[in-house]
Amino acid sequence: MEYVPALARWIHFLAGVMWLGLLFYFNFVQIQALKAAQADGTAAGIQKHVAPLALLWFRWAAVVTWLAGAALLGRDFVSAFTLSKSHLAIGIGAWLGTIMLVNVWALIWPKQKIILGMVPATDDEKSRARRTAFLVSRVNLMLSIPMLFFMAAGGHSALYLGH
Amino acid sequence: MNPLETLWGTIISGLLLTLVLYGAVRFALGG
Repeated sequence: MEYVPALARWIHFLAGVMWLGLLFYFNFVQIQALKAAQADGTAAGIQKHVAPLALLWFRWAAVVTWLAGAALLGRDFVSAFTLSKSHLAIGIGAWLGTIMLVNVWALIWPKQKIILGMVPATDDEKSRARRTAFLVSRVNLMLSIPMLFFMAAGGHSALYLGH
Repeated sequence: MNPLETLWGTIISGLLLTLVLYGAVRFALGG
């Protein structure tokens, strides 16, 4: 049945665009904008109205992307994640995406809850959370570059086999 | 300096990581 992989691929792309789009928004736009906004005292609006909503769609888009990707792999799931030779490229893409998902839920989101005041924290804890969230977000931006290469190039075996 | 401090440092790190992983895949597949 072709409907399941076609639907899974479509959802994987839609959610993946949202996830990475928001990751790029955080890194290319919000981090720089917040610095400028903090300097002129206008950061509260971004932190109150923009960041929580962006983070909501960001973290759930990450989950949907991963689940749709897993459904798309189907019977190839184990071969991809065990990095078997026949699935090496997509396996690397899948592992990079998985590391990024774990980073979102285990580090970025818990630290953002501290930064945005959703959980009680001292100024020192907020400051440390800000630093960790920033670095992990940067790590995910860095990983997204090879991740997209291996996801997109997975089917082009000539790239790897040299013919 | 940590390259992840800047946007361009992060992007260049990502490109270099892509090259390294690409080389590793080619090597593993004997390409």
